[in-house]
Amino acid sequence: MKAKATQTNSEASGQKEAPIYEGDRRKVSKLIQTLLVPVLAVLTGFIIGAVVIASSNDAVIAAYRNFFHAPGAALVATLKAITTAYGALFYGSFGSIAEIYHGIQTYYATGDSKSFLLGIYPFTESLATVTPYILAGLAVAVGFKCGLFNIGAEGQFGIGALCSAFVGYSIHGLPWYIHLPLAMLAGAAGGAIWGAIPGLLKGLTGAHEVVNTIMMNYISFRLSDWLLNGPMKATGYRPLTPVIENSAMLPRFFPDPLRFNWGFFVALAIAGFVYWFLFKTTLGFEIRAVGANPDGARYAGMNIVRNFVVAMTLSGALAGLAGATQVLGIDHWVGQGFSAGYGFDSIAIALLGQSHPLGVVLAALLWGTLRSGATSMQSLAGVPIEIISIIQGLVIVFVAAPAVIRWIYRIRAISTQTTVLTRGWGK
Amino acid sequence: MPLVLELRGITKSFPGVLANDAIDLSVEKGKILALLGENGAGKTTLMNILYGLYKPDKGQIFINGEEVVIHDPSDAIARGIGMVHQHFMLIPVMTATENVMLGVEPIRNGIFLDKAKVAKRILEISKQYDLDVDPHAYIGDLPVGAQQRVEIIKVLYRQADILILDEPTAVLTPQEVEGLFKVLRSLVENGKSVIFITHKLKEVLAIADTITVLRSGRVVGTVNSKEASQEKLASMMVGREVNLVVKKKTASPKDVVLSVKDLYVRDERQNLTVNGASFDVRAGEILGVAGVQGNGQTELVYALTGLAPVVSGEISIMDKPVRHSSPRNILKRGVAHIPEDRQRHGLILPFPVHDNLILCTYYQRPFAKGLALQQKVIIETAGKLVEQFDIRTPNVFVPVSTLSGGNQQKVIVAREFSRPIKLLIASQPTRGLDVGSIEYIHGRIIAKRDEGIAVLLVSPELDEIIALSDRIAVMYKGQIVDIVPAAKVNKAYLGLLMAGVKSSEALEATPTTSGENEVERVF
Amino acid sequence: MTTNLVHKNAKRTNFRTRLAPSILLIVAGLAIILLFGMNIEPGLNTTFGLTPLGNKSVIPIPNLVLPVQLAIYVLALVVFFVAGWQLARGIHSTGILAGVVAFCFVAAFLTWAAKGNSMDLVGMMNTSLVRATPIALAALCGVISERAGVVNIAIEGIMLMSALASVMVATLAHNLYAGLLAGILTGMIVAGLHAILVIQFKVDQIISGVAINIIGTGATSFISNRYMQMYTDKINNSGVFPNIPIPLLAKIPILGPVVFENNIIVYIMLILVAVTFVLLFYTRWGLRTRAVGEHPKAADTLGINVYLMRYVNVILGGLIAGIGGAYFTIGAVGRFDKLMTAGKGFIGLAAMIFGNWNPVGALGSSLIFGFADSLQIKMQILDIPVPSEFLQMAPYLVTIIVLAGLVGRVHPPAADGTAYEKQ
Repeated sequence: MKAKATQTNSEASGQKEAPIYEGDRRKVSKLIQTLLVPVLAVLTGFIIGAVVIASSNDAVIAAYRNFFHAPGAALVATLKAITTAYGALFYGSFGSIAEIYHGIQTYYATGDSKSFLLGIYPFTESLATVTPYILAGLAVAVGFKCGLFNIGAEGQFGIGALCSAFVGYSIHGLPWYIHLPLAMLAGAAGGAIWGAIPGLLKGLTGAHEVVNTIMMNYISFRLSDWLLNGPMKATGYRPLTPVIENSAMLPRFFPDPLRFNWGFFVALAIAGFVYWFLFKTTLGFEIRAVGANPDGARYAGMNIVRNFVVAMTLSGALAGLAGATQVLGIDHWVGQGFSAGYGFDSIAIALLGQSHPLGVVLAALLWGTLRSGATSMQSLAGVPIEIISIIQGLVIVFVAAPAVIRWIYRIRAISTQTTVLTRGWGK
Repeated sequence: MPLVLELRGITKSFPGVLANDAIDLSVEKGKILALLGENGAGKTTLMNILYGLYKPDKGQIFINGEEVVIHDPSDAIARGIGMVHQHFMLIPVMTATENVMLGVEPIRNGIFLDKAKVAKRILEISKQYDLDVDPHAYIGDLPVGAQQRVEIIKVLYRQADILILDEPTAVLTPQEVEGLFKVLRSLVENGKSVIFITHKLKEVLAIADTITVLRSGRVVGTVNSKEASQEKLASMMVGREVNLVVKKKTASPKDVVLSVKDLYVRDERQNLTVNGASFDVRAGEILGVAGVQGNGQTELVYALTGLAPVVSGEISIMDKPVRHSSPRNILKRGVAHIPEDRQRHGLILPFPVHDNLILCTYYQRPFAKGLALQQKVIIETAGKLVEQFDIRTPNVFVPVSTLSGGNQQKVIVAREFSRPIKLLIASQPTRGLDVGSIEYIHGRIIAKRDEGIAVLLVSPELDEIIALSDRIAVMYKGQIVDIVPAAKVNKAYLGLLMAGVKSSEALEATPTTSGENEVERVF
Repeated sequence: MTTNLVHKNAKRTNFRTRLAPSILLIVAGLAIILLFGMNIEPGLNTTFGLTPLGNKSVIPIPNLVLPVQLAIYVLALVVFFVAGWQLARGIHSTGILAGVVAFCFVAAFLTWAAKGNSMDLVGMMNTSLVRATPIALAALCGVISERAGVVNIAIEGIMLMSALASVMVATLAHNLYAGLLAGILTGMIVAGLHAILVIQFKVDQIISGVAINIIGTGATSFISNRYMQMYTDKINNSGVFPNIPIPLLAKIPILGPVVFENNIIVYIMLILVAVTFVLLFYTRWGLRTRAVGEHPKAADTLGINVYLMRYVNVILGGLIAGIGGAYFTIGAVGRFDKLMTAGKGFIGLAAMIFGNWNPVGALGSSLIFGFADSLQIKMQILDIPVPSEFLQMAPYLVTIIVLAGLVGRVHPPAADGTAYEKQ
């Protein structure tokens, strides 16, 4: 006997009526809405960045001194500063179509590929730079999915780099199909341990992973200082490791100085793996459940401690792998300050990509391309690289506070779920 | 008698819900008005408007004949309105004095708090209205009844003339309810007016002068309590003929499924919350655990489900000891659990309905082969369960947070009942639900019992326990003080036990009289 | 019948719980002997300087000369004694236990490290206080903010920005106090930004904090690269606040040179600790702040403006953090270097947790961190066979250990970290 429930209106807070099932058109508009905030966030970040660039440019400042006499000149100077800077950025990220086209022509005419390679150099450099960002972004994203904020990606990256470099330069005579995977595994393992420790501490004692991962970062910096000045130092004065064996290097597609290598596709494959892991396996289901509601997960029988540790270990492994791909694919040795910037960059990438593997890949493409171009911005337009950090921080704020973007651009709100990371300091 | 308070045409809506629809209400000075309605009728919204926590969309408020606009709680307090909330607004780590003075703190020497002055005043109020409270006690150390007294003193300290009490008896034993009623009568004698929000019919008839019934945000009617009856009020509340009696067959219990011996459990603060509890539950019977909330029931359930460590004692399910088992292993033994906090413990709100329906079994066949989840099977099964259990949802893909409370509870029930189970532990299974859902859940629990499942029902609603159980255990300060067959139940006796009176004394005090044993629904 | 059972259980568990810590203590005592007490030449002494050299104002007292081997064994003995007491009767306060053991261990370490040499103990204590100052200020900022329920991870970024602002203004205006004011204002503005994001826009408090840190690091490094290197004398050379000995009090042996001969920022810090303590527990503002942090809904129903209180507290915290940031530049080295705060903002948060969200507790734990900091500097000078990088790890390791051991025993404000939604 089914009871006929009189549909009573529910009490004030929280209980909405169930929505009508969305047709395909609504689905598309929802997709646009989900993308809208991150896109606008990046845009706004760049606009503010433009303001900073202009206001720190000597020519612009000089022109504004004469503003009331020649306002046009001031505006022109502003635009010039911004376009030069962002132009250099674009060139550094993608190269110039004209140069590439010219290079193709030359190749067909003479068989000399040099100008072609030079033309595609910026773009391939961007892709090479993107590779560690994909993995580092995935690292932070996996953490977020479990409700954990892994700020330790930088330390895990560094430790992973050191481990893979060690395997790379200290073992001789192995064929590449053993040496290379072994080195990558070493990187992943190093990062995994560095991530597992805060994960264990969080699971067993409830200590907040934010402070612990930051502390582990600082410890890793000191550790790498010691290693690079001591046991792992190559002969000579400078604190860096010996160059790794050829058999441990990630193969490149083009001759030097193009550094685009297999690492890019390895990273994409791993992104696919992470997607499968998070959404198609029981372990991933648990991790997401723990992230969404640890109390509920516990009641359903899931082991919270184990999931924290698994998530942080996986996260650390991914970050360590990022360091490994950087060493084995790009630099082939490790020096001081190797991991600088990757930590915070990866947080921005994970947030921009809404912690979804596909989003992370897209966000990493954006970010890596920008970073790659930023060096040109510094050398060609004289803008310090740190401007990217400022833009980055702003983008994080805008993505994390969609309300700010909506307020600026007067967009209506849709119901989105935001990951709640702050749960106070303990259990 | 003059009207101390009048509400005219109060309307308030929230996105998708019309909570209050043109409500008219009036309270005479020195009288007690009961605001009656089931869960979700709009009572608390209305009172929150009166207290300044919400602003009405339309309508007027008159105090002593004068129209007023109440912007926020300080306004309401200034106009003599005081509210005792259903969930206490007290800070556990502070003393009673600090809680009472918050917001109106007297100062000495320019900047220092004058706690002594407040403590003195508390003792004065205490004496005047018979509200025994220690001003220097920490709220966290006080029992629930004492906390409620602090809340009332808080309101009186601010010289309220109109007191609003929201579901005050939810956390009291029957004897404490009597004590509260004495306080209310004393308040009214001193010229105060009281609005008493509840969904309990018996209490309303016992204490109120006038009763206003709300249903779905509208006033159904206002009656004088002398002219009202439980049946009339119930049908006003629900809008149809209400069957006040639960029909069930007599139970035929078989083997012992759950056996608990000398159980001791500590809470996070190392207090012994379960203090030597022993009982059995057999297949095919419902054992109801009655008791005021806070006497160890929650921790008992935690221990039984593996969520809290056991200090000593034994728990066996089907003769297998489970004291050290993990929650998952206990679930595997055939235990189903309906938690008391469905949103926090029973569901993963952002997850879709289909994921919540397999929350306990996702790692087993056929839902997973090894590590890989079998999405098709999951979605198919979810669809079947939604139909089977009449869960109102547009599809299985929406987040379960979009469902109403009743339907969320049905998701939990569907999930738990769709596994092969031997033991069902239900903690406050109908808390905050509307009548239809309550009827449904009760029906399902009894059906399970008739299938031969052992059921442990834990609820602070004594009427619900009496209505459903075959045997009733009373829990007080972590111990099971007595277990009686439901057929022989005497509500007054149970009430005394719930208050800590020893079994022998309670028996003397409450001789059974025929006709008292009504098996009734919770209202 | 039930009571007997409870008692029996109680006694049994007690012995077991007492056993574990006492074993740890015995191990600690053995560690002291094995690590520090072996292979000491007899007759070797360590001299602990108790009067700083060249200090004219203090009343001189003779140095403490300890025979190394004897001292170490005595310290180990003390630890064993405590271990025995713990086993027999149990010591209620873990703080006392940990404190005694830590003291003995550190004392033994110092005695061993400086064997045959002298060590300026008073100087080291003063350095500890000085190094603890920015940590304590960061911790105080955290206390005020979190007592009202707002987690502020951005302290590191705030301190960096205040450090930069204060040195720039101080250099430009040739006035250190102007610099201090600039630092304070910067702290308040940046904290205000965090408050707006978190209270108005309901951004997750940790994310907002991290974002501000990123912007802070980026902006200060940007300005440092772009301008500080080039125009050092014009904007990055401010001088530092001088040490001001307090008349009379500076004469007290040991206490005088340690506490009463410091610069104004240290004094401000000490005063702020006392003031914050009184305000938090004895005034109206303090009661309401704590209420808002424990149970904002309750405070709201009593007419307290939760949002306003949180804004005020976060900005006040920013003020304090601004002073902390100013310490790095105009209080210590007189110029700004990139990333010069080196994690002190986060260590301050650990000190806050260690101190149980209490200003005085925060000061105590900051002193411990400050001591760890000054210890590693001293060790580098003393040339011990431990690589300096490992010593530099010490403060961070201590933070991790402290957090791991204490979470669960300390009680953060109940509503800490949750945004308040008024309906």
